[in-house]
Amino acid sequence: MSTAVAQNTSTASHDAGETKHMNMIEAINSALDVMLTRDPDVTLLGEDIGYFGGVFRCTAGLQEKHGKTRVFDTPISECGIIGVAVGMGAYGLRPVPEIQFADYIYPGLDQLISEAARLRYRSAAEFIAPMTVRSPFGGGIFGGQTHSQSPEAIFTHVSGLKTVIPASPYDAKGLLISCIEDNDPTIFFEPKRIYNGPFDGFYDKPAKSWKGRDDAQVPEGYYKIPLGKARKVTEGDAMTILAYGTMVHVAQSVCEAKGVEAEILDLRTLVPLDIEAIEASVERTGRCLIVHEATRTSGFGAELSALVTERCFYHLEAPVERVTGFDTPYPHSLEWAYFPGPVRIGEAIDKILEA
Amino acid sequence: MASAKDETGRNRPPLELHVPEPHYRPGDAVDFSHLDITRPGAQPRPDEVCEAKETYPLCDDLIRVLGDDNQAHGPWDPRLGADSLRTMLREMALVRAFDNRMYRAQRQGKTSFYMKCRGEEATSVCATHALAADDMIFPSYRQQGCLIARGYEPIEMINQIYSNKADKLKGRQLPIMYCSKRLSFFSISGNLATQLPQATGFAMASASKGDSRIAATWVGEGSTAEGDFHSAMTFATVYNAPVIFNVINNQWAISSFSGFAGGERATFAARAIGYGIAGLRVDGNDPLAVYAAERWAADRARSNGGPTLIEHFTYRAEGHSTSDDPSAYRSADEQAEWPLGDPVNRLKNHLIALGEWDDERQEAQDAELDTMVKQAQKDAEKNGILGHGLHHPFHTMFEDVFEELPWHLEEQAEQAIRERRIKFPEGRPGS
Repeated sequence: MSTAVAQNTSTASHDAGETKHMNMIEAINSALDVMLTRDPDVTLLGEDIGYFGGVFRCTAGLQEKHGKTRVFDTPISECGIIGVAVGMGAYGLRPVPEIQFADYIYPGLDQLISEAARLRYRSAAEFIAPMTVRSPFGGGIFGGQTHSQSPEAIFTHVSGLKTVIPASPYDAKGLLISCIEDNDPTIFFEPKRIYNGPFDGFYDKPAKSWKGRDDAQVPEGYYKIPLGKARKVTEGDAMTILAYGTMVHVAQSVCEAKGVEAEILDLRTLVPLDIEAIEASVERTGRCLIVHEATRTSGFGAELSALVTERCFYHLEAPVERVTGFDTPYPHSLEWAYFPGPVRIGEAIDKILEA
Repeated sequence: MASAKDETGRNRPPLELHVPEPHYRPGDAVDFSHLDITRPGAQPRPDEVCEAKETYPLCDDLIRVLGDDNQAHGPWDPRLGADSLRTMLREMALVRAFDNRMYRAQRQGKTSFYMKCRGEEATSVCATHALAADDMIFPSYRQQGCLIARGYEPIEMINQIYSNKADKLKGRQLPIMYCSKRLSFFSISGNLATQLPQATGFAMASASKGDSRIAATWVGEGSTAEGDFHSAMTFATVYNAPVIFNVINNQWAISSFSGFAGGERATFAARAIGYGIAGLRVDGNDPLAVYAAERWAADRARSNGGPTLIEHFTYRAEGHSTSDDPSAYRSADEQAEWPLGDPVNRLKNHLIALGEWDDERQEAQDAELDTMVKQAQKDAEKNGILGHGLHHPFHTMFEDVFEELPWHLEEQAEQAIRERRIKFPEGRPGS
């Protein structure tokens, strides 16, 4: 069995306050609350986030506490949401727009890619876009093809954007605070399948909650987890597994079920990537599996595979493997046939070990 | 061919697809008598904080102040003093002198690209004068007049146009895509209409902070077709944002006439009606009317009256840019026949009619401005012209992508510098 690495010990500072149990929704809500309190320039906007508190409840109570000009509903216009956030950033605010589902982000792409991501560069740093775009992503909730997508590779391909994906309540809060304080535009994708519990990939077994887990013990105050730093989830020699979001938990449960001692790295930030942690791990284990839920072709796994091959080739004892979603839209009824679950991951692990 | 009979065999009339066609193509004689050119002074001027709907008749009208008698008429006369009028005249003339010289510089191979604004000078220069100095301008690409009206140095503009070593934007932007935070002039984007939601967001931020600054943005009539226009209008009306939308209807979007943005069906000002915001349609070649309309909208925004959409009805007297030849798609007679005249001449003639100016002073000023621009050009050329080595250091290519340089860009920067050493082992003088 691989060894789980103790969490939550490194970055919480003395003002992080009392620790309490939170699921990922509560941790995100807490991060937003802390930042709205600390920084009068932090402003939240998005569809249904105000009075109602968001369709996933991530902003519940924040409008009442911080006021309507700090936390407000918007028209159904992702282009408008991102566009006004660019203008708010130019004024000096620190906007945190929510896109209700990552699947809805495409009307805002021009404002993200051509404007927010390029503003610092094209103005030689006279203007910046210090926004954090929060958006739930990923499947496993029977959302069909328009509420399940994982479009992270679109954003990692854009120069000037940072892409961050948490895998636990503790990380979600610390990473989100780092994103909000970051002076560059950041995409913060929230794996909605694990909002309420760490999904292990066995959809036909009872759902688990975050209760009792170390990584759901979250300080109530301010703390940060630095961007660009991966987290070692388990230690092991059999292989390195690179994953993020929901798939961290799925990969871990498959390794446990199969008795494979893998070193699982939760990447946490895709851009900038923690290449040092990846190289150090792969050079030690000599084998590498990459797991993501997004479609395969030109997915972020392709980038990871290329980097590992370019930089660790002479340490590799087996071809790098990718486990991903299929190159189809996310189907509704066949969701679990699409999802890169235990069978697909298990097969890849066997293949790597047999090589 | 699709059948014109339905499943029960009934005849149905064939549908027709309407593809707009401009009135005049190359070689056509031009007659603009179909345009409804209104009488100067005849348009009512509602109070700045009126209900938006009081402005709706003005969306189908045309606010004009300067008459053929070169006098100012009616309630929209902004009653500016002669010094203010001479300042605007001088700045419009400077824009024209600057445009002429930079156009030639592009033709001489000193840069890759240029865009003139001949005929549209009033829509930027005079509108800017109606704003406070710290109101935020979100320009499109033909608003050099805004920068000049705020006192930007021609040499700074030319350094940018040449992408040389003194270019404040480090040679990263296409020529004329200026930016000056000091002068509250936002960075110009090549992606059209993106500035409209941004201006709205700036205005919303200013309002949420209880500030007094407003935002003003410019867009061509062609790019009102972008979704950003609709998003911006919707957000502006929802939050009653203190923002002014200047739609410069210069009739042409490269080779596509305004009909391809819906101009055959309704005025661009009339779009304000659907959003419930104030709308004005103004003679964009009338410097006094432009000033008055912009000032009305600025006063309205500043008193929490909300956004205004202003259509500046004007004519693009030259090509879209140095990259197109307008004689290939429109009649060469259009510019001469344009019934609203030339903004520089109209303001000049008004000042002369007031006894505050004369042709000799105009000629002397034109000569002085040309000399000034020529000198700025010479000074800028000491910093280099495009493609002659006097650019920013290679490493700057990788800076400002992020606030801090991540490892992958550091590696790529090392590669770029290595490639250069391989290509120029002895080093390259002046770079």
